[in-house]
Amino acid sequence: MTGTLLFEAIVFLAGALICVSIAKRLGLSSVIGYLIAGVIIGPYVLGLIGEEGDDILHFAEFGVVVMLFLIGLEIEPKSFWNMRKSILGMGGIQVTATLVLTYLLFTILGYEWQVALVIAMAVSLSSTAIALQTIKEKGLMETTFGISSFSILLFQDIIVIVMLGALPLLSSQDPSNVSSNGHEATLIENLPIGLQTLAILASVVVIVLVGRYLIVPILRKVSKTGVRELLIAAAFLIVFSISYLMEFVGLSPALGAFLGGVVLSTSEFKHELESTLEPFKNLLLGLFFMAVGASINFIVIAESPFTIGGLLVLIITLKAAVLYITGRVFKLKLDQKLLLTLSLAQVGEFAFVLLSFAFQLEILAPEQMDVMLVITALSMSLTPILSLINERVILPKVGTKESIKRPMDHIAKSQKVILVGFGHFGSTVGRFMRSHGVEATILDIDSNRVDFLRKMGFEVYYGDATRQDLLESAGIAQAKMLICAIDNPAVNKEVALLVKEKYPHVELLVRAKNRYEAYELLNLGIENIYRETLDTSLSLASDALHKLGFRKYTLNRQVQNFITYDVESLKRLAKEPKRDENYIFKARQELEQQEKLLERDFKRGIVTYDKHWDGEHIRKSLEQND
Amino acid sequence: MKKTLVLFAHPRFEDSRANATLIDRLFSKSHITLHDLYETYPDFHINVRKEQKLLEEHDIIIWHHPLYWYSSPAILKQWMDMVLEFNWAYGPEGNMLQGKTVFNVITTGGSREVYCSQGYNSYTINEFLRPFEQTANLCGMHYLPPFAVMGTHKLSEEQLLDYANQYENLIDLLKGDFDATGLSNCFFLNDLELIKNPNS
Repeated sequence: MTGTLLFEAIVFLAGALICVSIAKRLGLSSVIGYLIAGVIIGPYVLGLIGEEGDDILHFAEFGVVVMLFLIGLEIEPKSFWNMRKSILGMGGIQVTATLVLTYLLFTILGYEWQVALVIAMAVSLSSTAIALQTIKEKGLMETTFGISSFSILLFQDIIVIVMLGALPLLSSQDPSNVSSNGHEATLIENLPIGLQTLAILASVVVIVLVGRYLIVPILRKVSKTGVRELLIAAAFLIVFSISYLMEFVGLSPALGAFLGGVVLSTSEFKHELESTLEPFKNLLLGLFFMAVGASINFIVIAESPFTIGGLLVLIITLKAAVLYITGRVFKLKLDQKLLLTLSLAQVGEFAFVLLSFAFQLEILAPEQMDVMLVITALSMSLTPILSLINERVILPKVGTKESIKRPMDHIAKSQKVILVGFGHFGSTVGRFMRSHGVEATILDIDSNRVDFLRKMGFEVYYGDATRQDLLESAGIAQAKMLICAIDNPAVNKEVALLVKEKYPHVELLVRAKNRYEAYELLNLGIENIYRETLDTSLSLASDALHKLGFRKYTLNRQVQNFITYDVESLKRLAKEPKRDENYIFKARQELEQQEKLLERDFKRGIVTYDKHWDGEHIRKSLEQND
Repeated sequence: MKKTLVLFAHPRFEDSRANATLIDRLFSKSHITLHDLYETYPDFHINVRKEQKLLEEHDIIIWHHPLYWYSSPAILKQWMDMVLEFNWAYGPEGNMLQGKTVFNVITTGGSREVYCSQGYNSYTINEFLRPFEQTANLCGMHYLPPFAVMGTHKLSEEQLLDYANQYENLIDLLKGDFDATGLSNCFFLNDLELIKNPNS
């Protein structure tokens, strides 16, 4: 039933499409959809996918690598450094406590100490893929719970290296004989401990240096070619290279990818890379979840349903208890503690690696491995269901849900503004807003300018704002406002229109070159239009009149009057039907409109002075009455 | 020689006959700083430090303005709100204006007769100017009765020139080593013989 690669692709894609859309329709996490799809197409239900599920699982783990790279992109080195306490503290407590308790539990259950230890290691690790995907999907990454989960998962990513290194010590077998596709002997394991540490540090340094001094310049060159697919190629090249380097040295590729992401998070290509990799990541992760679903061995379950059920409940309860206590130690609020407890209580994908390696080392018996693999897959599948119960049943009763947006914190932080175009016009807008503590997310297409401005401390990103995916990764979904300040009117209009159509919740403020551009924007239904020539020319005219002897305050008032009058006539004239789009006709039409404006001015006469504070006017009317 | 600061506030000076005549004399005098608030701050964006420095440099302060709705034009209120800061003009450490002399020079369209308990404006000019008087008191300044040019709508050119001369007399008198406290005992400074006919 296995057929060709094409057939497999069709099975996976169709399974994903059907199950994920149903899950989403029911308001469930897409992770559940993927898992169920995996179970259905897997060997025990429809049997469309057989033993190759394991290979696919291995391949799909790359989705986790890409995800960690993307998460790294969102964490700047400074905030990463700020997280060190919670990574070491929370991660350390969680892993150590789970390890010790699980070890005790399995020793009591009568397992050999080596077996108990291997199982304890596997159990202490959670699933980065499931937990983070669920957290990101719900937009909880910025909450205390999100950060705590992430810290713990990151610590696990680091500690898994130590665990893999320690496994051969538990085996009576000579580790050098072991080589398999599950876990190959790597560079680092043959080194003494001191050198191992050095090798780890060296690879981190390599990633940082290569990221800063090789990748960023290359990306700049690539961006100048203007060929979009080259950037996709470059993005994958980066992730593949990092993974390769990490596997070569013997570190977790996910960890390496995360570091690479952190290094590139301060570069101007952050958003471009994000929007490029995001769809691939989601598909790969989907594949990963489906492979997990397909790997649930229902025959093993059928053989000893009570053992497996019992162990599953015990393990999840134990992990949950440890997580709850960890949350308590770090003084999380109740709702955050509950979220943390349930979202990390599963046995993660690292267990697959650890268990199969231990099996090769002959620490685990085949039955023991099968049982543990089933428990791992089941616990991962249960996570979204447990989170759902927590969310729908428990949390509403707790009722201290931390709101993600804290508007009183700081206006600048909670109200997202996107500024598109950072030329002479946009930069003035950006500078003025920045001087009020409002840091706009800036998009610009000129990579030289982007680079220069970044050195000046602005948060500027490179990219073409007419692309919806770039706007997405710039965070338009959460944005309150978007300012279009692009020099090229056609591009400016395109962006404005795109935002107006796709993101009606975003307040749109648009620059217009002149009144004719303003007409077009008005006709597109855009309300906040700023003609770059209006205020400046009036300010010049006002100064000119002042130098001829007019009083400043009166001029000031008349400038305001004129703007009101001109905006009115702009709106009126914009409504007149266009005769032709032809350039010649357009020019002629502009002349006609100029003529109309002047005619109207003439009818308005020399500024119709109001009578405010005009003593002479009162005196004259009093004289007439006398 | 004492220095005088005239804080002049007229939103439509270009059309004010009375104030044009009154102000005209002041331009040539070296001990007088004529400060045109509406011309300096057409957008009401008052430079507080600059204004405070000006105040520090002068001994006699004049609030020169038409009386609109029984008070000053808006910019003078804005000026007071912004410039007379806590712990600068008033408050435990606010003593920068201590001992300076201050008064209003006002022009009104209505005549003197309508500004009394029997007139249609019910109160006297001095009563309407209480906020200025108390502001001066709080800042430790010596407040004098106003110099008032009233019924401007019906004043002839000659009458206006008379007022301009009296204004000039007053300002010249104050620059010398003159004890201004003696001037407090009147309704309007321009009622005093000393100002009306300095030579007599």
